[in-house]
Amino acid sequence: MSPTTTYSPSLPVVLTLAERELVRFFRQRNRVIGGLVQPVLFWLLFSEGLRSNDLGYTHFFPGTLVMILLFTAIFATISIIEDRNEGFLQGVLVAPVTRWAMVLGKVLGGAAIALIQALLFLALGWATVAEIQPTPLSALAAVGGMTLLAIALTGLGLLIAWRMNSTQGFHAIMSIFLLPMWLLSGAFFRHGAEGWLGLAVMINPLTYGVAALRHRLTPLDAAGLPAEPLCWAVTGAFAAVMLVACWWVAGRE
Amino acid sequence: MNTTAAIRINEIRHHYGQREALGGVSLEVREGEILGLLGPNGSGKTTLFKLLATLMPIQAGSITVGEADAARQPAAVRAQLGVVFQSPSLDKKLRVEENLRHHGRLYGLSGGTLRTRIDQELERFGVADRRRDIVETLSGGLQRRAELAQAMLHRPRVLVLDEPSAGLDPAARSDLWRRLAAARAEGLTVIVTTHLLEEAERADRLAILDGGRVVADDTPAALRNSIGGDTLTLRTDEPEALAQAVRERLQREVSVIDRLVRLESDNAAADAAQLLAAFPDRISELTIGRPSLEDVFFSRTGKLFHD
Repeated sequence: MSPTTTYSPSLPVVLTLAERELVRFFRQRNRVIGGLVQPVLFWLLFSEGLRSNDLGYTHFFPGTLVMILLFTAIFATISIIEDRNEGFLQGVLVAPVTRWAMVLGKVLGGAAIALIQALLFLALGWATVAEIQPTPLSALAAVGGMTLLAIALTGLGLLIAWRMNSTQGFHAIMSIFLLPMWLLSGAFFRHGAEGWLGLAVMINPLTYGVAALRHRLTPLDAAGLPAEPLCWAVTGAFAAVMLVACWWVAGRE
Repeated sequence: MNTTAAIRINEIRHHYGQREALGGVSLEVREGEILGLLGPNGSGKTTLFKLLATLMPIQAGSITVGEADAARQPAAVRAQLGVVFQSPSLDKKLRVEENLRHHGRLYGLSGGTLRTRIDQELERFGVADRRRDIVETLSGGLQRRAELAQAMLHRPRVLVLDEPSAGLDPAARSDLWRRLAAARAEGLTVIVTTHLLEEAERADRLAILDGGRVVADDTPAALRNSIGGDTLTLRTDEPEALAQAVRERLQREVSVIDRLVRLESDNAAADAAQLLAAFPDRISELTIGRPSLEDVFFSRTGKLFHD
C-alpha cells in the first residue's frame, strides 16, 4: 500500500472545508455585525470627524475596505483555537487529508467570507460617494487586490491562531499587532510620514495593499503612494508567503 | 472471536519535555474485540489515545493498524480509523447531515455512495429523524450518536473513542455501549478509554494503565478472579488501630482505604464471624464483596483508583 495513494482527493476536501466556513458564517448574524457593520460605522465617524482636516469619505474608503477584510479574517480564524482542541477540526486532523488541502480550505473559506462583505461595502461606496467611480476594469482590478488581501490576512490569522491555546492570546495579538498594522498601512494617516512612523509604514506589507486599492478606486487621492506595480507585487507576495507559512506551520505536526 | 491482530502497539514511549507520559506500552487488539483502556487521570491513556488517533507523532516504539505503520503511512492508518473525541468533533452550527457530508468528503466519499452511507449510518444510530436538526439543539446523547454515525461513515476497521460517555446520563451511556457491542458483532474492532470502573466492565478485554505503564491486561472477569477470594470491608471509628489489630490476629495483609479497613479472604464467612466475635464494639459495619476492578487496581499498584 503506497502512502501517497491513500490520501483522499484534495479538491473535494478544499471545497467542503470552504463551504463549511461559508455556511457557518451565514448562520451567525453577529459575525456580519462585527465584520461589516463596525467598519462602516468607523468609516462614517472618521470621515465626519476628520472632514475639517481635508480627510473625508474618499480618503478613508480603501482603508475601511481593508479593515473589513482584516476583521473578517480575524473572526474566521479565531475559531480555529477552539475548533482544533475541542471541535470540528479534530476530525479533520485525523482524516486522511493532506495538510495543504486543510489549510487551503480554511483560508479560501475565510477569504471568501471577507470578500463578500468587502464587495457589499464597495457597492455602498460606489452608490454613495461621488469620487468613488472606478472604471469597470479598475473595479475588477480592485476586486483582485481585495482577493489577494483576503487570502493574505486570513492566512496571517491562521498562522497566529494555530499555535495558540486560548482566544485571549489571540485578542492580545490583535490589539498589539493586527490593529497597529492596519493603522500603519496608510489606511488612516496620509503617506509620506517621516522618521520611524514612515519606516513602519514602508515595511508594512499591508501598506501596498491599501495603496493598490487607492490607485484603482480613489486615484485622485493617490499622491505620494508607492508605484502601482510595486503595490501589486508586494500584495501578491504577501498572499503567497502567508499561504506557504500556513502550510509549513500546520503541516509540521 | 477472530484471533488476527487489528492493531499492534509495540513498546510505545512518550515524553512531554522531561515528563514521561508512557514508559513502554505494548498491546495487541484482536479483530472484533472491544479493548478498554482503563486508568485514572494522568495514567497516560489520553496520550495513548492521541498516538493511536495519529494526533501526535510517535516518539519511540511503533503502532500498526492492519498492515500500515502509523509513523510511515499515516494516511493509510487514518483511512482505517474512526475516531470519536471526548469533546464532540461535530460542528455545532451545522445540521447533522451536513456534518456527515463534510466528514464523508474528508474520507474520499462522494455522490450516491456518500448519500447512501449517510442514510445507513443515521438509521443505524437512530438519528435519522434528526438529520435536519442543527447539532447544538440535540441532547448530549443524541450528539454522541450522531458522532458515532459520522465516525462509522467510511467503514473504519478500528473505532477509537476517548471517554465517550463523558457528559452522558446513565441511560445514554448504556445505549452507547449497546451500539458499540452491536458494531463489534459486525467485526468492528473498538478501543475505548475510560476512567469509569463500571463502564470498563463492559469491555471484552481491559488494559489497566498506571503511571504510563500497562499494569494489567485481561478480561474483566479474569482480572477480578486473579485477586482470589472475597473482600472484607470493615467500617470503624479508628481504622488504623483496627487494621493493626486485625493484622496481628489473622496474620494477613490488611489495608486502610478511604477510612475503611479492607482485607482479602478465601473464607470470608469464617473470617467475618471471627472478627465480629473478637472486636464486637469496634466494628460498626462489615461487608463481604466479590473483588471489583477497583480491588484489582489496588492490588496491582498499591494505589486507590480514585484519590
